[in-house]
Amino acid sequence: MNMRDTQDVVRWRTDFPILESHVHERPLVYLDNAATTQKPYDVIEAEARYYRHDNANVHRGVHTLSQRATEDYEAARGKVQRFINAASPSEIIFLRGTTEAINLVAQSYGRSRLREGDEIVISAMEHHSNIVPWQMLCQQTGVRLKVIPINDAGEIQLDAYQRLLGPRTRLVAVSHVSNALGTVNPVQTMIELAHEIDVPVLLDGAQAIAHVPVDVQALDCDFYAFSGHKIYGPMGIGVLYGKTELLNTMPPYQGGGDMIRSVTFEHTEYNVLPFKFEAGTPNVAGAVGLGAALDYVGNIGMETIMAHEQNVLEHATSLVSSIPGIRLIGTAREKTGILSFVMHEAHAHDVGTILDRQGIAIRSGHHCAMPIMDRYGVPATARASFALYNTRFEAELLAAGLEKVIELFNG
Amino acid sequence: MDDLRDLYQQVIFDHYRKPRNYGPLPHANRQAQGFNPLCGDKVTVYLDVESGAIRDVHFEGSGCAICTASASLMTETLKGRTPDEAEQLMEHFHAMVTGQGTNEGLGKLEVLAGVREFPQRIKCATLAWHTMKAALENAAQPVTTE
Ligand SMILES: Cc1ncc(COP(=O)(O)O)c(C=O)c1O
Repeated sequence: MNMRDTQDVVRWRTDFPILESHVHERPLVYLDNAATTQKPYDVIEAEARYYRHDNANVHRGVHTLSQRATEDYEAARGKVQRFINAASPSEIIFLRGTTEAINLVAQSYGRSRLREGDEIVISAMEHHSNIVPWQMLCQQTGVRLKVIPINDAGEIQLDAYQRLLGPRTRLVAVSHVSNALGTVNPVQTMIELAHEIDVPVLLDGAQAIAHVPVDVQALDCDFYAFSGHKIYGPMGIGVLYGKTELLNTMPPYQGGGDMIRSVTFEHTEYNVLPFKFEAGTPNVAGAVGLGAALDYVGNIGMETIMAHEQNVLEHATSLVSSIPGIRLIGTAREKTGILSFVMHEAHAHDVGTILDRQGIAIRSGHHCAMPIMDRYGVPATARASFALYNTRFEAELLAAGLEKVIELFNG
Repeated sequence: MDDLRDLYQQVIFDHYRKPRNYGPLPHANRQAQGFNPLCGDKVTVYLDVESGAIRDVHFEGSGCAICTASASLMTETLKGRTPDEAEQLMEHFHAMVTGQGTNEGLGKLEVLAGVREFPQRIKCATLAWHTMKAALENAAQPVTTE
């Protein structure tokens, strides 16, 4: 640790067992949090406790375990509702993750409502998960995709956005925070502008949920998608929030058990929200784990986490940007703890390997955002992304690791 | 850090900074594109195959040091070989970088032996070779490492 690291972060680190591990005989420095976050004991234990004591199928049995499992599952839904301040727990749909949530909206909302010539507005910085589902819808229906440009800093151009909103616009789908650049988008303004012409807005919250406060009612967004694994929760569980009025008018996404109220061979009556969109046996343990993760984050407090992550980001940014030959990709004024860069000497892939041998995990590649790589004219970037357990000391190790890359490449 | 020095030998940096036989080949009669979707590495390999032998070979693209150096070294070793010999060399090279074969007889390609300690980088080292093979077969579809 470093003198400037707080007692808080030192304590938080002890909540995450994996942070004690070593990689290539060096203490692990985990800086790939935008890909997935590590899990605290609370989450690991909550899942294990569920399987040890309560496991049964939900909404099906009169027996005690089934009742307990159902209560656990619905309690987790309540935790999600409170965490993002949804008006009702029935607006919280448990799915596999952000990707599935966006596909649900594209196929259920998009396919039933949109017609040839209608337009969907996305931004130039979207993750493939918020591009491809819309492209599939375009192929199915003849809907067109409009892309909001960004400036060199990686910020959405609001004037261009306003010009794209028009009589054929039917939906806006943008990331709350960009995974490749770290930009926090002006979503409040964007939602207001879309609502002025009665266009609903979906926010891809995959990179926002663990790093900025999310209040879906204050934002007044129509859909909000996120993944549990990016907020210290398990993989394979995620959430689609949708406003009741919208969800009620949407057809089911998949057919199966739990999503129906009655079935005859002639007719099926669909279940109420949220069950209409949760066909089949859900990931109950995952939901329980996600609930524990939200409790963990809630106990520390998002304001505290943000202040800490900003502090680490600023330190890392100033250290890394002062290394000769490094160009930062994504320098928006409003950013979360994501530092994307390219090095003059070395390709991102080489940077990733050399850091890995020093125990430092970063991501190198296109970050599932190939259009962004094209926008900046780079084949790939190296990306360090911070979470609540990262320290200023780790930012220094990153910078020292990058100096080693230069040393090695300059022989 | 020692295995890093084994991986990143001077010869590799030299070929990375000054790739040989780089750019389109005017008389190419075969070509193919290769792509590694995981990291975005791209190469195009151009071949001039005449009377059963590779008369000339060029490449271009963007990739990491391992990918670029491997492509550059490949172009240097293929000239004059028959397509069968080129494929045998590819198998031999593949065996070396995956740790399933020896360096023996690989000549200057031996500098890439360090890749065997870095399983995540095997695809970087073999992308140009897969692409060369596709070019020999005149594949219409770009090859990917996935
Ligand atoms: C901005 C953004 N959207 C969507 C996703 C997809 O999330 P998941 O793979 O959990 O569905 C990610 C994850 O990488 C992301 O960063």
